[in-house]
Amino acid sequence: MSNARTAEIQKIAKDLLEEGKVELFIGFQEGTVPLRSRPAFVQAEAVESLVWDSFCANNLAVYLPKYYENQPGRRKKREKPYPKIGVAAKGCDMRSIVALTKERQVQRDSLLVVGVPCEGMIDTRKVEAAVAAKGGDGGAAAADEILEARETEAGKLEVTTRSFGVLSFDREEVLQDCCLECRFPMPEGADILLSGQARKPGDGGYARIEQFMKKSSEERWDYFSTELSRCIRCNACRQACPTCWCKECFAEQTDLKWIGVGNTPSDAMIFQIIRVFHQAGRCVECDACYRACPMHIDLRLYTKKIVKDVEDIFGYLPAFDAEALPPLATFGDEQCDFFITDPDKAETAEGTGQ
Amino acid sequence: MDVPAAKSIHAKELLTAQNDEWHPKIVAFLCNWCSYAGADLAGVSRLQYGPNVRIIRVPCSARVNPQYIVKALQNGADGVLVSGCHPGDCHYISGNLVARRKFALTKMLLEFVGVEPERVQFSWVSASEGGRFADLMNRVIADVRRVGPAKRLVKHLP
Repeated sequence: MSNARTAEIQKIAKDLLEEGKVELFIGFQEGTVPLRSRPAFVQAEAVESLVWDSFCANNLAVYLPKYYENQPGRRKKREKPYPKIGVAAKGCDMRSIVALTKERQVQRDSLLVVGVPCEGMIDTRKVEAAVAAKGGDGGAAAADEILEARETEAGKLEVTTRSFGVLSFDREEVLQDCCLECRFPMPEGADILLSGQARKPGDGGYARIEQFMKKSSEERWDYFSTELSRCIRCNACRQACPTCWCKECFAEQTDLKWIGVGNTPSDAMIFQIIRVFHQAGRCVECDACYRACPMHIDLRLYTKKIVKDVEDIFGYLPAFDAEALPPLATFGDEQCDFFITDPDKAETAEGTGQ
Repeated sequence: MDVPAAKSIHAKELLTAQNDEWHPKIVAFLCNWCSYAGADLAGVSRLQYGPNVRIIRVPCSARVNPQYIVKALQNGADGVLVSGCHPGDCHYISGNLVARRKFALTKMLLEFVGVEPERVQFSWVSASEGGRFADLMNRVIADVRRVGPAKRLVKHLP
């Protein structure tokens, strides 16, 4: 299946580049380590290096805004037209592109999206953990253990390891959580759509949030502070995120210094709270932040929470509709006064009981 | 002027609290046009409420960035209150409706993270509601006293 995808995407990219419909094609090429394909920016001579397999997890939309940057304070018309760019997009990439278009970070007219019906991407960490479990003692060497990985036609992942020979995994077992929960595996609104089936849409994964909310405030705080105590403030979560395109991040402002740059627990926690808050109504649950985190912090719990809240309160989900206004870019007269403290009501303020 | 007296929930205890007791510090962001004028009215009407609140005047409740709230908590505020005009009465027509969307998400996210819900509160007080303002202050002070001094999110320098 993935070989067919590779061939198809190479052919499409080649045609587009040769016909001059795009100047640059963004896709994936084989990575230097097993289980990872890396983003590739190719022109006609290098289209043969493009691949499409189950390791193309990165969200390619993150690279787009810089191609459409304008000079700040520009008065005259743009001298050069916007570059024409082709990009391979899964469901989540496509949602990011739509979100960026709404925020004028991407010029949709000069972007040519090649939609790939997504079958889910493999989670490197799950494979590593499974290999480490075979070894028995710790997962430190797991990354060294894996020598080669390939998919078979029957939906299996075969991993060649240093000490255990070839291990075979069911593809479903080692898929990323975000893919298992994904509600939009099919990129709608793509200019060209690859053939093939997308996986069955998931349920969104809100059950975990509801479960977590049942815990007490102390337990939730313990979890949050323990997770964030590992944060080294490398900002990889921000860099990997397609919607984090601000030229100057609040975390780095110095004239109005919001937070320190160090990994003081309070600063790390506030950075994450505000980063997640900034995703309200924009996060497409691609889990780029979660994958990028070198400390394996459970960021997806918190981004998922904000996605759920936005959907629950405003009925908005950033999907493929380019017309729908993001909820914080507008306002409504909806009844959302549930969180307001009213001194005329006898009951003292409690949780919002979400 | 005939202004109804504040329904002092805990006002008396708060006012007579001993000096060695713990006094919460509460930061209140009040919109210039309604809540700040409401606080003013509470003052000129000589309504008594707890002295624990530090008022910051903002042009509109929509001016309050959620960053202000977490920053206040980081800097050691025991509670944060944000108050603006009632929905529909905004001086800038729709400012508080925009703010309400942000605040709903902020409140729910902070709660999810594990910040006590009593610490961050939002309310609407109009310029004519001096009594409501005093009640609100007493309510917030009582809530914050119940949960005690802020420990979560506070930045301790090494």
